Amino acid sequence: MKVWVPRDAAAKALGADAVAAAFEAAGAEVIRNGSRGMIWLEPLVEVECDGVRIGYGAATPADVPAILDGSAESLGSVEDIPFYAKQNRLTFQRCGVIDPLNLAEYEAHGGLTGLRRAVEMSDADIVAEVTESGLRGRGGAGFPTGIKWETVRKADGPQKYIVCNADEGDSGTFADRMIMEGDPFCLIEGMVIAGLGVGATKGYIYLRSEYPDAIEVMNTAIEIAKQNNVLGNVLNSSHEFDIEVRVGAGAYVCGEETSLLNSLEGKRGVVRAKPPLPALEGFLGRPTVVNNVISLATVPVIFEKGAAHYASFGLGRSKGTMPIQIAGNVKHGGLFETAFGMPLGELVNDIAGGTASGKPVKAVQVGGPLGAYFAPEKFDTPFAYEPFDGAGGLIGHAGVVIFDETTDMLGMARFAMEFCAVESCGKCTPCRIGAVRGVETIDRIGQGDASAIPLLVDLCETMKDGSLCALGGFTPYPVMSALEQFPEEFAVAQEAAE
Amino acid sequence: MPLTAAPSETGDVSAIIQKNIGLEGPLLPILHDVQAVFGHVPDAARAPIANALNITEAELHGVISFYHDFRREPAGKTVLKICRAEACQAVGANDLSEKVLKLLGLDWHGTSADGRITVEPVYCLGLCACGPAAMIDGKVKGRVTAEALVEEVSQ
Repeated sequence: MKVWVPRDAAAKALGADAVAAAFEAAGAEVIRNGSRGMIWLEPLVEVECDGVRIGYGAATPADVPAILDGSAESLGSVEDIPFYAKQNRLTFQRCGVIDPLNLAEYEAHGGLTGLRRAVEMSDADIVAEVTESGLRGRGGAGFPTGIKWETVRKADGPQKYIVCNADEGDSGTFADRMIMEGDPFCLIEGMVIAGLGVGATKGYIYLRSEYPDAIEVMNTAIEIAKQNNVLGNVLNSSHEFDIEVRVGAGAYVCGEETSLLNSLEGKRGVVRAKPPLPALEGFLGRPTVVNNVISLATVPVIFEKGAAHYASFGLGRSKGTMPIQIAGNVKHGGLFETAFGMPLGELVNDIAGGTASGKPVKAVQVGGPLGAYFAPEKFDTPFAYEPFDGAGGLIGHAGVVIFDETTDMLGMARFAMEFCAVESCGKCTPCRIGAVRGVETIDRIGQGDASAIPLLVDLCETMKDGSLCALGGFTPYPVMSALEQFPEEFAVAQEAAE
Repeated sequence: MPLTAAPSETGDVSAIIQKNIGLEGPLLPILHDVQAVFGHVPDAARAPIANALNITEAELHGVISFYHDFRREPAGKTVLKICRAEACQAVGANDLSEKVLKLLGLDWHGTSADGRITVEPVYCLGLCACGPAAMIDGKVKGRVTAEALVEEVSQ
């Protein structure tokens, strides 16, 4: 009997390894797939029955005999579970479906179709296809991927690089980790296509040390890809491309592209001033594409199904789909890939079912530690780049962290400053000193000193306008959004002191 | 997980340098390998690394001290990392870590007197939909409680 037990870190964190061992001991054939993204059901075991994969979750080793003899209560067809059925899975089409390290299965599910097309195309046509798809940087900045690639394609240089930024460690986001653990060949294929498009022959994946499972899967997948001519001599064509994983060392700021490049070169991960753009002077001063994991992992489906198909999803200038990660105090948390445009409230209340605690939602933070808090009054904001910008926030890496009514918003604002102080690279003053002063100023407010509120506002403006990168520049988002939407929490402290 | 070999084994350090020196940007891979062997980056390893890379020891110190992962002193036999990021805070990570630190009698980055346990904060393990999250010697844990964590690391 064939049984799927995810190898995704979230499934492992909830006991998947013990479940898999119990199935093996019972004589079942166990396949370690990626996660379907329904984290509240992990470990989500699947058993094939008349060609349909039936789910059982959250499974424990004690459930194994009943699952094998068919007497356990099932969730029915996994793909019919509403959370899964309501998605438009493009980037994550194979994640959770296939064995991540089985290249033949990857191909049988549409893998390498895009690359086969790309090797027959000219570099200019490859870049044009990405531009037409409307793909924008999925790491947060939302810069059009095709334009970045075109800059590198036109740049002169004996050696160009594709650098995959797998160090975006925003709290509440795990799409990068899931795709690397659940469909690593997809990222590899995307990087190879990027290499063909811009004329690069070497790629680096700068991967967070906090993701040991992803590091292991990616390294194994790269070896398999080399043995099968996906890497090296690309599909036996005249093109060469190789990839190496480099492990980060626990610095959050290295998710910023210039800081990442310094780290990759073996330096302190301090931010570089731009210009020069990394596209022209990147890794070792050479033309470099730095793209986020999800941006690169979306490239294969664009070439498989065509730019027009991808661009037919979405809202306005936010084309395509976004893997949204719903986390924190959430009833049905996980990864939900959908076309841009779904209202935030629908994601929080209808898709995710609100809080795990059952208490009302107080706020959600969208876009990681540098993202704004959204109170329920703003839940009609469509999930897309421009509408979020207009609402005083950012979608960032599309992490949505839910907080219930017990949350101390002054404390969350303080944490944002504290985190910035811990992780600041120290290059620019507004971030290095501003974050420390921010913690002190919020503490003064907490002790009832209302005169510190205008100081905090002023400090946030300085950090926003004067910082070199998003760490110092965006830390004011969570702070100011908490202050503006929950002013009573900043004033209550004052009354208490009086 | 972290091994503790005698820092005087500079032979290992030169083998690690040789293995990585041909890479583009070899320093972080070297430091990771040194730490994997010794459990930390021993001071005795600094001179050979700086010489091989033609950088000053001050520059090397700048790099080592920049990154949270690299240790100057060996860690405890078991390293417990508890996530302090927002998604875990939304499900009680602050109370959890306070309780764990109290039960172990340690502060952040502290190592127990018997050298068995080190506790460190970590900012996001990507387990944000099944928090509070932690990691014990590289193994991920979701929906943890203070009692279960302390019991596991005390074994």
